[in-house]
Amino acid sequence: MSWWTDPFRELEDLRRELFRTLDTFLPETPQTLFLPGLSARSYPLVNVYEDPETFKVYALAPGIDPDSIDVSVLANQVTIRGEKKPTATDVKPENWHRNERAAGRFIRTFDLPMDVNPDKVEAVYSKGILEVILPKAENALPRKIKVKVG
Amino acid sequence: MAEKTTKLAKREKGDLQAQEQTREESLFVRPAVDIYETKEGLHVVADLPGVGPDGINISVEEGILTLEARPEWPEPENPFFREFRMTGFFRQFQLPQEVDQEKISADLKDGVLHLFLPKTEKAQPRKIAVKVK
Repeated sequence: MSWWTDPFRELEDLRRELFRTLDTFLPETPQTLFLPGLSARSYPLVNVYEDPETFKVYALAPGIDPDSIDVSVLANQVTIRGEKKPTATDVKPENWHRNERAAGRFIRTFDLPMDVNPDKVEAVYSKGILEVILPKAENALPRKIKVKVG
Repeated sequence: MAEKTTKLAKREKGDLQAQEQTREESLFVRPAVDIYETKEGLHVVADLPGVGPDGINISVEEGILTLEARPEWPEPENPFFREFRMTGFFRQFQLPQEVDQEKISADLKDGVLHLFLPKTEKAQPRKIAVKVK
């Protein structure tokens, strides 16, 4: 193991740590779902929850064609792919009053802190929220060791 | 379609009560919407993730369309990484005169609300045949 690590990774970890600390005493600031431009931020927005044995990933993805959703897992890396269909294709540009809902294909990949068991991953799409339940891999779970008293 | 940025109080003078609002949640976000016009009327499409048919409240009062929705999503414990928070949705629009307010229809699917606001018959374009002599 070398002393050198990815500086951007380090920075990202630091940022996350800082925000998590600030989160505990700052009032909640909701993010608007309205954003200017199509690629202003990563899509879909993702929340991850951790249980002793599973990770639960929730992605805010309303209006996705359920058949286009593709979830793949490799070791500790989760990838979500899908396509949001445009609202209407046969509308003339001058007939749009508002056009804020972005459309198109998306892909999002993120790393979990430990490996998951790819055979037991479950994904459910309901009410515009994609839920992915990822049980941790057995070799990632802590093992209890009995202490013998001699 | 003009947009209202704040909830309008009733326009009666001296009616201070109308200004007060009581809500369970104080935080609301503006949902992203698409609005487009066809010959028959206006279509309003709004992204409301996590909202079921019971959590949605659409009303038209004094020509103002109000979209109010509350997601039904019990947040699990132990967040590990969080990018979004579930809050209510709220947005208002001033409807044009030509919308037939009685015939507004709504449809909710996969967290997307589709509202159809038909134009009154008077406002629909009528083709007039030109007679050639």
